[in-house]
Amino acid sequence: MNLKDKLLSSYIAFEDHLEDDSPLHDLRSEAIKTFEVNGFPTKKEEAWKYTSLKSLLKNDYSLFPKLDHAVEFKDVKKYFLHDIDTYKIVFVDGVYSSFLSETTHDKLDVCLMSSALSKSKYKPVIEAYFNKVAKEDSLTSLNTAFAKEGAYINIPKHQEVDKPIEIIYFSTGNEAALLLQPRNLIVVGENAHVQIIERHQCLSDNAVLTNAVTEVFTEKRAVVDYYKIQNDCRTASLIDNTFISQERESNCSVHTFSFGGNITRNNLNFYQKGEHCDSTLKGITILEDKQHVDHNTLVHHIAPNCESHQNYKGIFDDASTGVFNGKIIVSKEAQKTNAFQQNNNILISDKATINAKPQLEIFADDVKCSHGCTIGQFDEDALFYLRSRGIAKKEAQALLMYAFANTVLESVKIPELKARINKLIATKIGVNLGFDI
Amino acid sequence: MLNINNLHAKVEDKDILKGINLNINAGEVHAIMGPNGSGKSTLASVISGKDEFELTQGEIIFEGSDISELDPEERAHKGVFLSFQYPVEIPGVSVTNFIKTAINENRKAQGQKDMPASEMLKMIKEKADLLEIDRKFLSRSLNVGFSGGEKKRNEIFQMAMLEPKLAILDETDSGLDIDALKIVANGVNKLKSSDNAVILITHYQRLLDYIVPDFVHVLMDGKIVKSGTKELAYELEEKGYDWIKEELV
Ligand SMILES: Nc1ncnc2c1ncn2[C@@H]1O[C@H](COP(=O)(O)OP(=O)(O)OP(=O)(O)O)[C@@H](O)[C@H]1O
Ligand SMILES: [Mg+2]
Repeated sequence: MNLKDKLLSSYIAFEDHLEDDSPLHDLRSEAIKTFEVNGFPTKKEEAWKYTSLKSLLKNDYSLFPKLDHAVEFKDVKKYFLHDIDTYKIVFVDGVYSSFLSETTHDKLDVCLMSSALSKSKYKPVIEAYFNKVAKEDSLTSLNTAFAKEGAYINIPKHQEVDKPIEIIYFSTGNEAALLLQPRNLIVVGENAHVQIIERHQCLSDNAVLTNAVTEVFTEKRAVVDYYKIQNDCRTASLIDNTFISQERESNCSVHTFSFGGNITRNNLNFYQKGEHCDSTLKGITILEDKQHVDHNTLVHHIAPNCESHQNYKGIFDDASTGVFNGKIIVSKEAQKTNAFQQNNNILISDKATINAKPQLEIFADDVKCSHGCTIGQFDEDALFYLRSRGIAKKEAQALLMYAFANTVLESVKIPELKARINKLIATKIGVNLGFDI
Repeated sequence: MLNINNLHAKVEDKDILKGINLNINAGEVHAIMGPNGSGKSTLASVISGKDEFELTQGEIIFEGSDISELDPEERAHKGVFLSFQYPVEIPGVSVTNFIKTAINENRKAQGQKDMPASEMLKMIKEKADLLEIDRKFLSRSLNVGFSGGEKKRNEIFQMAMLEPKLAILDETDSGLDIDALKIVANGVNKLKSSDNAVILITHYQRLLDYIVPDFVHVLMDGKIVKSGTKELAYELEEKGYDWIKEELV
């Protein structure tokens, strides 16, 4: 049985298990229909031209793994931002691990999607927000149909969350191949501030495919900084569908660090619904071997006087491939929009490729939009400058790559995270820089 | 220390250096002056090993061996240093991290271990003080947003850290205000010894009041057409280059 059929047939059993009065019943059945009609995207679709899921769909994924507590904190500590205190929402093979999590707080709702979906006190929030910004494409719909577990975060008005929240999905490899479909809902109230770190981490060499959906709602003047760490093993693939809805004067940034994994597809969508919003989308991609990362971004400027800043940098070695597909839509009403997009790439090997495609659809007349894309090797003058100081060519190139990538980190607001990523970049580039960070 | 014999270099089929002869001994300071576009920076780049330029004839003997086939970093390891006329901006690498990397790469080439952090810090502080560089400045990205003068001072800071045998200072004085010029010149003089040598490329005699040259050379159209002592610099300051051209014909 192919994966699509397997999913469709197991959906019936899955629905049966849910409580009948689940508010999402209709949503789910619509969603599964969408998936049934469209199936998994293929390269024939424009948006998937450079990313093929074919190799991933061959695996016989287990869909509902059994609960297993085999993970010890000391074995996974390194995946947490362990040098500072954080809230933690941790899942192991798709199941919440209360043992690894740390969510206690009176004023915040940092909890589980499963409880948010089943408990009546969360009903108004679920009704107001769940699936309200997510697109109805096939993969998001597939996730919606099976949506059951994930992180549910609701920050009340004026609340500045005192420490970052880490959302981590571990997979143990107890199953030969595992399909995970986490569903996150994050509602950040008026003038509230929060920092979130999301990570998917496989702990073995077994195949994992994650089709994640995250919805983020930033209310008036809310500030959200979201960091995605994608440094998974080579057998793990990720389709990340993130949808962000911004109300007036809100500020939201998403940094995506793609250093690992097999095939990674980031569908990152911003909708600026109120005036004076600020959106930042940044990414560092460092790949080798046959790794593949596809950044598919959308910034939809719906309201006037907003800004968006995109800056994606990529370093591609061996036969790795990168895709950057950045779409900016400026609606007719969105006058005085400032939208910037930068995508810079370095190809280290002749076999590495990058496909970059900016798409601007501008319907307003008073806007400032700019986009630029570079694909290059090294700046010869910079290289000579470094070498003339006695830095060998290989190290000089590494230092330039490090510097190239490093500039994206300036906007990372958690110093410990910045230091971690900085170190990761240095290790990834494979050079002892001879200095501390 | 340095013997350049009949050096010819070209870039993209354009001959730029057309037979340079230059001999420099340890302990000496040589000034090279000459009109814009005459090939001064090219000579400096060629000595340092920039591969954009193709050597068509001649040799560059440094401490007894021909270095003209060596990589720029190998020449640096032998003690050649170039203070750039236009230092390159490198966002994302701080001055401190850059210089630490450079020092340790040089030590590695010498078969030495990394410099201990405490020693490195001490040295950085000492040299920064010598050149009156604010410590905050050292954590900024290399040359990014530096004023013209700051860039030049930073070049000399690097020189002070690396302690080269042969320092080529390409228009280090341009962009410096009077006070900065004195500080930089004082720095260079302090580093000067009987074991090292300096090539000063400059347009202005003023620098030579502070760093007194043993010889002054005039480079025109890719050749050294006149050499003399520091009095020659005064003459050039006063009369320009036309009289030399006339002398040549
Ligand atoms: N990469 C290059 N491609 C083409 N021409 C070059 C290149 N580099 C240098 N030149 C030319 O070589 C000549 C000498 O340049 P160089 O920079 O050495 O002059 P300079 O004496 O240092 O001048 P200045 O006093 O203005 O600094 C100039 O005509 C310059 O245009
Ligand atoms: Mg010059």
